[in-house]
Amino acid sequence: MKFKSKASLIPYLLWVALFVIAPIGLILYYSMLDLNGDFTLANYQNFFTPAYLTMTLTSFWYAFLITFFTLVISYPTAYFLTKMKHKHLWLMLIIIPSWINLLLKTYAFIGIFGLYGPVNAIIEVFGFDPKQILFTDFSFVFVAVYIFIPFMIIPIFNALDKMNPSLIYASRDLGASAFTTFRRVIFPLTIEGVKSGIQVTFIPALSLFMITRLIAGNKVITLGTAIEQQFLVAQNWGMGSTIAVFLILIMFASMLFTRTKKKGGRA
Amino acid sequence: MANDIIIRFDNVTKTYNSNTTVLKGVSFELERGKFYTLLGPSGCGKTTILRLIAGFDTPTTGDVFINGKRVNDVPANERQVNTVFQDYALFPHLNVFENVAFGLRIKKIKEAEIKVRVAEALNFVNLTGYENREIAEMSGGQRQRVAIARAIVNDPEVILLDEPLSALDLKLRTEMQYELRELQQRLGKTFIFVTHDQEEALAMSDEIFVLNEGNIQQSGTPVDIYDEPINRFVADFIGESNIVNGIMLEDYKVQFAGEVFDCVDGGMKPNEKIDVVIRPEDLHVTTPEAGKIIVRVDTQLFRGVHYELSTYDEDGNEWLVHSLKRAEVGAQVGLDFEPEAIHIMRLNETEEEFDARLEAYTNEV
Ligand SMILES: Nc1ncnc2c1ncn2[C@@H]1O[C@H](COP(=O)(O)OP(=O)(O)OP(=O)(O)O)[C@@H](O)[C@H]1O
Ligand SMILES: [Mg+2]
Repeated sequence: MKFKSKASLIPYLLWVALFVIAPIGLILYYSMLDLNGDFTLANYQNFFTPAYLTMTLTSFWYAFLITFFTLVISYPTAYFLTKMKHKHLWLMLIIIPSWINLLLKTYAFIGIFGLYGPVNAIIEVFGFDPKQILFTDFSFVFVAVYIFIPFMIIPIFNALDKMNPSLIYASRDLGASAFTTFRRVIFPLTIEGVKSGIQVTFIPALSLFMITRLIAGNKVITLGTAIEQQFLVAQNWGMGSTIAVFLILIMFASMLFTRTKKKGGRA
Repeated sequence: MANDIIIRFDNVTKTYNSNTTVLKGVSFELERGKFYTLLGPSGCGKTTILRLIAGFDTPTTGDVFINGKRVNDVPANERQVNTVFQDYALFPHLNVFENVAFGLRIKKIKEAEIKVRVAEALNFVNLTGYENREIAEMSGGQRQRVAIARAIVNDPEVILLDEPLSALDLKLRTEMQYELRELQQRLGKTFIFVTHDQEEALAMSDEIFVLNEGNIQQSGTPVDIYDEPINRFVADFIGESNIVNGIMLEDYKVQFAGEVFDCVDGGMKPNEKIDVVIRPEDLHVTTPEAGKIIVRVDTQLFRGVHYELSTYDEDGNEWLVHSLKRAEVGAQVGLDFEPEAIHIMRLNETEEEFDARLEAYTNEV
């Protein structure tokens, strides 16, 4: 029995070694090389200069904004979805766009937001001058939120759907208003769904680079775009890896932050 | 004494999805401080009635009154009613103490008083010491008792209990029956209790409502309902009974099983077709010569207190008999009974007609 269960772990361990440990090791290794391939800690020193620290903060800020708006839109949407008659069908309709390639969706937004796109056409109908919507912070956050919404809705929908509706009646029965019921029963019971939604939004949002480039047009410099630039433009693999090391650390930190806590305690 | 009516249903109907009518014009009045039981088979609308009282649903037509006030549009959190849910509906993210304290916290009761009242409620349901348990760590019966504690701790005017003892073992169940009844009498609150279990209903209630398919079949004290069931359904549902077709020849003379018997009922048309009910415990086994009906014993079950005999007469009617003595399977025996043991039920008689007739004829006897 014991032997068998250990043997069955082998493929898993191999997978982890090859695709998790080895890449992280490589990144760590490269992060300690300079442009000539010699050992150095200069990259780490570099990271703590204002330029990179600002970049880290900006990344955080945008990831926070994106996560925040995604949550604000997704929670009520998920809530109303669970109340619908054909809820799984509606959920499907919301999920389907997430199957389309990210690049395609991004290009679609370039068309929509462009100077000659439908949004500006509508603005002109109302008698205003066409506006530059692309390459703004707004369009960047908007598109990112659009892309992350399905990933946020799914865990929240599942948590809400799993909840026993009698609990809401019980809360009302015990004198709680609709708002108190939400605060003391519905939200605490779906917090796990919200946490997984935040994880699948916040962490990828930290390292977005393609949307950043195409929609924000290099105005938004995040850790993701910085890594891309170091590897592809500056060819400075050492610095790129160093930023990646910090990105990984931040990801772990945010996972710890949103990890599932033990149940219990006060309402 | 209109003052003492705490809950009134006025011709309430409830329809789901515009085609399934779950309640078909239910009217009743409940007096303050009594123990009521809704009894009926699965799906007859018991929970629906409780939901209408608690405020989770509104009647499709008709009105619900609490304390003389029409409450059709009053939300659940503004009603002085607490419910013990059929599926317990305990909050899984809170421990036992916090589940019970939930209603008190909403009312912003002081922490010290909450502690005292929760301890009292838990003590009542024999769960002292379980305060810090998670709900997931409780057994079904323990959860059920937490649900009872969570409702009674709020001290509401009306407590609705939807099959609150169904998950308990026989001993604990009997104990809780006594304690709930005792609690109800001590607090003087109105209890509305739902059960499938007719023995539980008979043992605990001041008044029983027997429901079937969204209609109240009969209401009355346990003794009334047991002794004078209005129709086959009630007779069958409340205790075991022998129901056979008969003819009411004239007042106090009834014919069934091929014989004419004296009885204590009247008020029907001559030669009216009726149903006759005789309870198994009212039948006594004697010799064939001394018996009013002659039957053959088909099977015999030992039930602890008595033997349950299944016997058949010559016409093929089955007669269940509860006998303290053993009988021989296959033997011919006589069954004896008193005229009072014969209960006559008219076909399709409504509760009002039934009550009026009963009034007229029991006074004479
Ligand atoms: N939300 C609903 N939509 C449609 N039909 C419903 C709904 N709730 C209940 N019903 C139907 O109403 C009928 C009565 O339900 P109710 O829950 O009152 O039964 P009950 O007497 O409590 O039964 P049980 O003893 O099994 O709990 C059932 O036939 C049920 O299918
Ligand atoms: Mg029910």
